[in-house]
This record gives sequence, structure tokens and C-alpha cells, in this order.
Amino acid sequence: MDFLMEVRWSPYTVGIGLGVLSWFSFLVSGKPLACSTTFARLGGRILQALQGQGVEDRPYYQKIGLALGWQGLLVLGVVLGAFVSALLSGDFHWQWVPTRWALAFGDSPLRRVVVALVGGIFLGFGARWAGGCTSGHGISGTLQLAVSSWISAICFFIGGILAAFGLFALAG
Amino acid sequence: MTRKQVQQRSPAWGLLIGLIFGFLLHKGGATKYDVILGQLLLEDFTVLKIMLSAVVTGMIGIYFMKGRGWVTLSPKAGSLGMNIPGGLLFGVGFAVLGYCPGTIAGAIGNGYLDALVGGLAGIIIGTALFAALYPRLQKGILQKGDFGDRTLPKLLRVNDWAVVAPVSLLIVLLLAWLESAGL
Repeated sequence: MDFLMEVRWSPYTVGIGLGVLSWFSFLVSGKPLACSTTFARLGGRILQALQGQGVEDRPYYQKIGLALGWQGLLVLGVVLGAFVSALLSGDFHWQWVPTRWALAFGDSPLRRVVVALVGGIFLGFGARWAGGCTSGHGISGTLQLAVSSWISAICFFIGGILAAFGLFALAG
Repeated sequence: MTRKQVQQRSPAWGLLIGLIFGFLLHKGGATKYDVILGQLLLEDFTVLKIMLSAVVTGMIGIYFMKGRGWVTLSPKAGSLGMNIPGGLLFGVGFAVLGYCPGTIAGAIGNGYLDALVGGLAGIIIGTALFAALYPRLQKGILQKGDFGDRTLPKLLRVNDWAVVAPVSLLIVLLLAWLESAGL
């Protein structure tokens, strides 16, 4: 069982594992691996708590529904699964600022959190505009050979590479 | 059939599948900002290697099971107006945040507080902004260049394996090239 305690596995072991996991996901649940709709449902529920009734009648929330269900549990499972793996391999630690960020932009937690918030807004907005994220389109959709997912996944990387180079160019 | 319907309804499977998903994401290093930015700065190809090997493995298995009638595909519907601007905006967020909606859940499990305090709140705000704009976008740009939920074999009107086989081969060759180039 030593392999469970290793911090990193080969990317191919992980990728093949995710591919096999997607078979089981289709077989037992009839659903592909996907995450981003859950964040939209969480947002709808927060609005519901703040603004009361009527939020679920808005067109977008009508479309996706506000029940967290299967995918909500999947996202919770991802948090727990990563926690278990990190704990087993001695890699769990609280951290505000990632190393690579700190080297380029300094170690201020506030600056990092503000930029992460802005990045998150783009990510959440873009995921809903494109109809999926790196898991729903990037893995589950491309493996089904969906046209929408191949276009989206390619655009994720084009946008990501351009923005990453632009951002790190600012650091000099 | 009844058994299948019961299984489909059971959300508990979601938790188990998520647990394994998160475990694998952490083992792959994909819960880490440094690994994701390494990929987007084209220095560390871990993320692409994980995704492409997942796609080739998943694709062959899913199309095999589809051929046997064990599973039904659920491709997402899309359009040029959805997938291109949405994908590019997502990409900008991917680079600025350094996590995506799946890996941020893993990053939180790893103890990364920039993901929990900044990124998670940002993603939720971003989705709510989209929901607020949706009535205006719905009948406009989101419908431009609509191609529905077509898959590549349907678009090209060929047998599934006429696409699965060459795409698998291309992915394997690309991975072999990445390895031989030392990336």
C-alpha cells in the first residue's frame, strides 16, 4: 500500500485512472464527470437565502435546477478525496500563497486572494457561457467526441496560455 | 432496467466517484497552482498528459460500451457563440486563478486557502453574474452558429470507430512526442 502514500503518481497512471473512472460514472450513474454546474447552483441557493422566493424562477436557474444532488456530492467527494490523498502522503498543509505566485508577485496573501477572486469570476462566468469546464468539456465531453467540447477545450487552453503569459510578463 | 433506473437515481455514487476523482487529481499534482500555471506557461506538461491519457482511455471504453448498448452518450449541446467566447473567458480565469472548478475542490482539500477564500467565492459570483445576464444572452450570441449536441462521428456521418481510432492514435503520438522532447 506504499503507493497510496506517494505524493505524486505518473500523469499517465492518473489519466488512465480518470478514464476508467469515467467508464464507471457512465455505467453506474449514467452521467459524465463534471463539476461547474454545482457552483452555479450554490450561487442560486445563496441568492435564494438573501433575496427569498422567486430566484428559482429566473430563466437560468429554471434551466439547471437548484438541487445539488449527484454532482454536488461529486464535488464534495473531490474535496474529501484530495484531502485523504494529501493526508496519506504528508502533503496536506494550509497555504495562502502558492510558491510560483510568491516568486513572481510577492507573498502578500491579500494580493493573492484578490486576484484569485477576480480569476474565479472569469472562470465561473466563462464555464457557464461555454456550458462546461475542464472536467465536463475538457475530459468528459472530449472523450465522447462532442463537437462543443473539443471547441471549448481548445479555447480553454488558448485563453489560458495567452493570459498566463500576459500575467507573468507583468511580473517582469 | 429497473435496477438501472434505481442506480441512476442514487446520488451516493456521486460521492464515491468524487472521492476517487479528488484522490487522483491530488496524486497527479493537479490540485496545485504551480502545476497548472506550469502547464499554461508551457513549462510543465503534467496537466495535458493527464487530460489526454484520460480522454483516450475514457473514449475507447465509452465507445466500446456504447456499441454494446451498455451506456448512452450525453454530449453537451453547443454553438460557436457559446463555446468560443465562453471557452476563452474560462481560459483567462483558469490562468488568473490557477485552478478550475474541479481542481479547486481538490485544492481546498489540499489546504490551499487562496482557493477557498478567493477562488471559490469568485466562481460562485461569476456563475451568478452569468445567470443574471442569461435572459439577454440566451436569444442572441449563445445561439450563433448552433450545432446542437452533435458528436464528431455524427457531424462527419461516419462510423464511431472511424473517428475514435485516428483520434486515439493522434493522442498517443502527441504524448510520445512530448516524452521524446523531454516536456
